[in-house]
Amino acid sequence: MRIGVVTFPGSLDDRDAQRAVRLAGAEPVALWHGDHDLHGVDAIVLPGGFSYGDYLRCGAIAALSPIMREVVDAAGRGVPVLGICNGFQVLVEAHLLPGGLIRNDHGRFVCRDQRLRVESTGTAWTSAFREGQEIVVPLKNGEGGFIADAETLARIEGEGQVVFRYLDVNPNGSLHDIAGLRNERGNVVGLMPHPEHAVEPGFGPDTTAAMRSGTDGLAVFRSVLEHALARA
Amino acid sequence: MSTPALDTVANAIATPEREQPYAALGLRADEYARIREILGRRPTGAELAMYSVMWSEHCSYKSSKVWLREFGRRVSPEMTRHLLVGMGENAGVLDAGEGWAVTFKIESHNHPSYVEPFQGAATGVGGIVRDIIAMGARPVAVMDALRFGALDSPDTARVLPGVVSGISFYANCLGLPNIGGETWFDPVYQANPLVNALAVGVLRHEDLHLANARGAGNKVVLFGARTGGDGIGGASILASDTFSAGGPTKRPAVQVGDPFAEKVLIECCLELFAHGLVEGIQDLGAAGISCATSELASNGDGGMAIELDRVLLRDPSLTPEEILMSESQERMMAVVAPDKLEGFLAVTDKWDVETSVLGEVTETGRLVITWRGETIVDVDPRTVAVDGPVYERPLARPAWLDGVQADTAAALPRPASGSPELRAQALRLLGSPNLADKRWITAQYDKYVLGNTALSYPDDGGMVRIDESSGLGFAVATDANGRYAYLDPYHGAQLALAEAYRNVAVTGATPRGVSDCLNFGSPENPEVMWQFSQAVEGLADGCRELGIPVTGGNVSFYNQTGDVPIHPTPVVAVLGIIDDVARRIPSGWQDDGHNVYLLGTTALELDGSAWAGVVHGHLGGRPPAVDLARERALADLLAAAAHESLLASAHDLADGGLLAALAECVLRFGVGARVWLRDLCERDGVDAATALFSESTGRVLVSVPREDDVRFLGLCEGRGCPVLRIGVTDATVGLDVQGELVLTLEELREAHESPLPAVLGPVGGY
Repeated sequence: MRIGVVTFPGSLDDRDAQRAVRLAGAEPVALWHGDHDLHGVDAIVLPGGFSYGDYLRCGAIAALSPIMREVVDAAGRGVPVLGICNGFQVLVEAHLLPGGLIRNDHGRFVCRDQRLRVESTGTAWTSAFREGQEIVVPLKNGEGGFIADAETLARIEGEGQVVFRYLDVNPNGSLHDIAGLRNERGNVVGLMPHPEHAVEPGFGPDTTAAMRSGTDGLAVFRSVLEHALARA
Repeated sequence: MSTPALDTVANAIATPEREQPYAALGLRADEYARIREILGRRPTGAELAMYSVMWSEHCSYKSSKVWLREFGRRVSPEMTRHLLVGMGENAGVLDAGEGWAVTFKIESHNHPSYVEPFQGAATGVGGIVRDIIAMGARPVAVMDALRFGALDSPDTARVLPGVVSGISFYANCLGLPNIGGETWFDPVYQANPLVNALAVGVLRHEDLHLANARGAGNKVVLFGARTGGDGIGGASILASDTFSAGGPTKRPAVQVGDPFAEKVLIECCLELFAHGLVEGIQDLGAAGISCATSELASNGDGGMAIELDRVLLRDPSLTPEEILMSESQERMMAVVAPDKLEGFLAVTDKWDVETSVLGEVTETGRLVITWRGETIVDVDPRTVAVDGPVYERPLARPAWLDGVQADTAAALPRPASGSPELRAQALRLLGSPNLADKRWITAQYDKYVLGNTALSYPDDGGMVRIDESSGLGFAVATDANGRYAYLDPYHGAQLALAEAYRNVAVTGATPRGVSDCLNFGSPENPEVMWQFSQAVEGLADGCRELGIPVTGGNVSFYNQTGDVPIHPTPVVAVLGIIDDVARRIPSGWQDDGHNVYLLGTTALELDGSAWAGVVHGHLGGRPPAVDLARERALADLLAAAAHESLLASAHDLADGGLLAALAECVLRFGVGARVWLRDLCERDGVDAATALFSESTGRVLVSVPREDDVRFLGLCEGRGCPVLRIGVTDATVGLDVQGELVLTLEELREAHESPLPAVLGPVGGY
């Protein structure tokens, strides 16, 4: 399976996402923001970072880049698309996911090992989790506060579109502790925390078993492999 | 400066008597006279601008040069074994093995960070990262050493959050993990905080690039951000002068950073290097184009001709003098062979990086700069960049020092064994700002990006994997104790070196090189100059004894408020190599039932200690004795133990002594220990308070699984390293020092974690 990872100018976690794809057993394919070519990939990751310097609004300029026109088309065809952090912001700006992401309520960038609950396993990116499973994944953002109007929020909750919810601490003031969302079809998922930083023992979050041994994020990338196999 | 008509070389010859604002530009009358002598005429306005910034203290090291030569004089062959590039280049480079090299450097951005904390600190990160890129390396980590005034001072609430946001904003946006550093609070830094930023880069040996302009006909290319009016005279005005109350605001001299532009510039440079499109490269930092052109030309074999009006401007009204002095960020200058220019421009175009060809390398031996066809600079570049003034400033050992050194903390009352006072003092110490948890700061930094961070705060050193296939990695730590250096600058500098060295050793890495940032008061004060000379000699001697070289660094003078200098603060960064980061040693306890050993011995050494400062408001006596041979033996022992994976944890003892180390080992993962001091007090002849609070050096706390006990003790015995079992880890308790004090995990957490958020407010869960 080939999974594309888009690099925008200012993308930072693109190499990390490629490593996560590799560790999950797929082949990472580098995609360039200025191209109209998805190189026939089976799934797409929009990585974290500060695309275009976060100018205007986080993700706003990236959402208008040439590659995103292809990504939106592909998402419409049911190709799995994952947006991590800045990638989540891009998905929201591209209207593939509802709501918006604003500056953290405490006003500062925060990096922490974040406990999350998996609320929905019926997506291309979460099928390898158990419903209600509690995981720890690093979170790092300055503008991760999820907002939506009351009607949208009710619809998101009603349709079961919340995929991940913050536990213990709400690190950025997100409404309903929402950490990640899916589209109705379940092929598009966006989340603020970084599953690609919890894929390799020794370089992930601490666990009670050992320092930096957390690999809960790997299941996100394994899910999309299983998803592809199931469809094949 | 406002020169109505263009001041050309011809005009300078024709008007020898014109008055020039050399004093306003920071030049002394004798320095101005020397420039006239070199040129055989008065300088043009543009030449005066160049000389003024390049001869500033910040760029020329004119007061420190005679002392910095000591590092070169005291180099042994052992020290240069792994040295690929030493002092004098943009950053030093060390061999890391397997064909890899590591480059690192620490640099100050103190004064800008006081004037405008956010941009000052942000551009400090930007500048040091460009030094790393200029060596041909990919930057992979940053770290910072910070000094602020008292935590509860209102101005600290302005400066600290601004500095932290600036570092966070810039380094996070560059995608560089921040892997550690240190933060101290002391009223001596109240109106002069220290912001020392460190960056590390990695490269293959064959990718090494140097800053020189060789080969007549090669093109000189400026690329990156446009040149604007920001930071004009930053080096000469801000970094080389003392702040005086009531003077005009110096805000316009602080540069403004754009990390997005720098991120793109990094990727663009790495692609240029990968395709072999660059002959020489230099970043633009202090003194901007003046520095880059004169240094590139000086390091080359010929001259350089520049058409200054080809510089792309953000503000078209800038004068040539301002363009030469501008310290606009995110710019690089490259020397490119004519046949590679097309390829070069294709890469900068791909990354949307604006580029302009300013001129070329010549054979004239002169740096000639024209503006709209007229010559405004015609100088020997070495007179600008290399042969600046050198001062042998007068030195004077401070008269007050004898009195201070005689006032030992050994005379202060110490609490009795097992007394409630001992427990109360321990809690006060753990909650004091310097020992308290710094996660309020580090939580604002991305430590995960790039996916190679093996250790970071609160571990003793940061560690990063270099090679994914072999696990090869480096560890780095910075340290400085201004209180020690105030009491004795020679040994204070060595103590900083010893601590940074030990902090690298406890990670399991082998120390390999040093970068230093020497923060002092005014060099025109003979007492400060004496402190500086002592610190340099202490470091040079210490490095020789440890067998590792100083690879580069930076001197920051004029750190004072009015006439009161800061404590001498020689920040020392030590970098080490580990052949597989999988064998790194954690800094705290994770498992139940491991034996806790103290390596090294404890003496009554409370002078300059955290205990003396926090409990008694005392600073006097002589700092703890330094024994670098012992530090070296200890580092060898730790490396051997790490290699055999015998240690479950290792944590260095420094400020706050054994108490702080024990508490930090508990707090790292929330696993406690039962500890006894009886054997320690008996063996070393000290009381319980001394055992807990003394800051004797050469000590490390380790935990060892029972099955590895025999092998570990054998290793210690074989190397003659003093070792004593002082406890056992126990997940059911916090810190239980039997017969002395019991602190629950909750009490430890509250004392340690609450001080910064209590003053600075919450940060998403911290």
